Amino acid sequence: MDALIPHLPVLLVLTPLFGGLLAALMPRRGPAPWIWSALVTGFEVFLALSMVKLVRQSPQETISYFIGWWPAEYGIAYEIDALNAYVILVVALLAFVSTIYAKSSVEDEIPKDRHNFFYSIWLLAISGMVGICATADTFNIYVLLEISSLTVYTLIAMGKYRDRRALTASLKYLILGSIGATFILLGIGYLLMLTGTLNMADMHEQLMLMKAKGDLAGNRTILVGFTFITVGLGLKMAMWPLHLWLPNAYTFAPSAVSALVASTATKVGVYMAFRFIFTLFGSIYDSSATLALMAFCGTLGIIVSSIRAAQATNVKKILAYSSVGQLGYIVVGFSMANESGVAASVIHILNHAVTKGAMFMACGAVVLRMGNADLKSFYGLGRRMPATMAAFTIGGLGLIGMPLTSGFISKFYLISGALHDGKWWLAMVVLAGSLISIVYVWRVIEAIYFRKPDKRVPVEEAPFTMLIAMWILASASVILGVDAELTGRLAEYAARVLIGGAT
Amino acid sequence: MEGLGLFNYWIAVAIMMVGFYGVIAKRNLVKQAISLGLFQTGVFLFYITMSVYRAPDGTPGRAPVWEAILDGFTKDPGPYDNPLPHVLMLTAIVVGVSTLSVALAIIMNIKRLYGTVEADEISEIEEAIEHREELMSR
Repeated sequence: MDALIPHLPVLLVLTPLFGGLLAALMPRRGPAPWIWSALVTGFEVFLALSMVKLVRQSPQETISYFIGWWPAEYGIAYEIDALNAYVILVVALLAFVSTIYAKSSVEDEIPKDRHNFFYSIWLLAISGMVGICATADTFNIYVLLEISSLTVYTLIAMGKYRDRRALTASLKYLILGSIGATFILLGIGYLLMLTGTLNMADMHEQLMLMKAKGDLAGNRTILVGFTFITVGLGLKMAMWPLHLWLPNAYTFAPSAVSALVASTATKVGVYMAFRFIFTLFGSIYDSSATLALMAFCGTLGIIVSSIRAAQATNVKKILAYSSVGQLGYIVVGFSMANESGVAASVIHILNHAVTKGAMFMACGAVVLRMGNADLKSFYGLGRRMPATMAAFTIGGLGLIGMPLTSGFISKFYLISGALHDGKWWLAMVVLAGSLISIVYVWRVIEAIYFRKPDKRVPVEEAPFTMLIAMWILASASVILGVDAELTGRLAEYAARVLIGGAT
Repeated sequence: MEGLGLFNYWIAVAIMMVGFYGVIAKRNLVKQAISLGLFQTGVFLFYITMSVYRAPDGTPGRAPVWEAILDGFTKDPGPYDNPLPHVLMLTAIVVGVSTLSVALAIIMNIKRLYGTVEADEISEIEEAIEHREELMSR
């Protein structure tokens, strides 16, 4: 094992990449592709854990890996610090749990002779998302972003076997996502023009030199580059009002895909925003106007999407709109650009991934047993699928931000960050958003526990693999809510890594 | 006449904007996908243009080819273009092709299941489905 340790950063990306390629060669029928993907993602979690362990040994330092041993200016460098290691661990864990969950849902929703291809694309998507977090090369970010996006479009389009609207949702995502990615590519082009390098740290250094010489005053190139990148990232992370692709895509995707994508894909977008805005442009470009705009978009996103969620009648759609709202919290958090606010967004990346993952999984179990995710199908399920519905309820409480669940911790950090800056109106919005989320979560919980089922069809509890997966996440939500130290210290550390670059 | 010196950039931006307009304004899905490809092509041209080097005395840079390196850098190869953006665009072209092919594959499936590739007709069908679902959930 010791021989592998220096190569950890690149192994994190290559494991699911080659795992995905091999999965396509597996027998088309039978559980082989699933077992293989579970093994690969399990190994990925192991790698991510060892990475975190390495980072914790020397938290001040960045672990660099130069692919082919080319120096960072010429080749592609992977750099891992407290923030990446944390986000990679979140992605790897969620990927593993979603893979365990996927078994029954994929057997139900994907034709029997396509399973190997499904898992192949599934692993490639994970590889892309981990890669975005690991790499320090801006063009490499673009390539890995497209790897993860293209595979996610495909995964969402596979929902066509259940509902043909998955196809139009996927195409809409494809078009908006590609525009976003191309904007990012353009922005990177402007920065390359200005600095002649693609490596983020190197780019930052070059820009600092130019700033010291006074070359940056009134420089339009950096302004245009910054704008393109920010808009592109906004599209990718579904920042309101650039979220239009999200609700349908999450609603009509296969259940396992909804669980994976909702808990990881947009989070990776948020991570990229952290990197670009704080690490690359921090202390070079005065982004306070952009951050103010983001705070505005975030607050409107929280309110508007939560209201849309309260109106929807399909539970998957409720969760999708609530995802846009929850992203608003993350955006509001980092737009404060103070330690507590950024820590809140970093914590909320994990907390939202865990709660929303659990809820989408419970919802997928209902789709498996009842055939759809209409609010009506949830009537009286509290007695028929008690374990699934309990997991859903715990997730819902986390979404509202009840004490003793993970959501409370992130909202606590968020509000203390807002009050620290004297932005009491932001704190008000966060509270108002929580109130509206009570409405939409309560609508489902009422249906689950207080309504009579329409017809007396026997409904079984969800399969064992599904229950394990959703209960891992539901209990994680509670554990993270009770033991705030666990994430709090890591997130504060990650926040200091980011803000430290800005001052 | 500084504007003319930026001729290539004007063209790159023009191609991008034609593509972008197509993505937004066209209601035919195939046309949207092709416009998306055009939009990305504009970015390729933008990158390639930025690689061009012109020495201060006006000599245009030559292609950064291997023969300059073959003689072991013994003689000055003279000004040459930046090879990096070319390499980047090679990758970006591959990405663009895959995006277009995934888009066309999805559109093919849409045609099969909806019987049309016109966005307006598709949204009519979807509105009808949603209306029916709403009636069912009452």
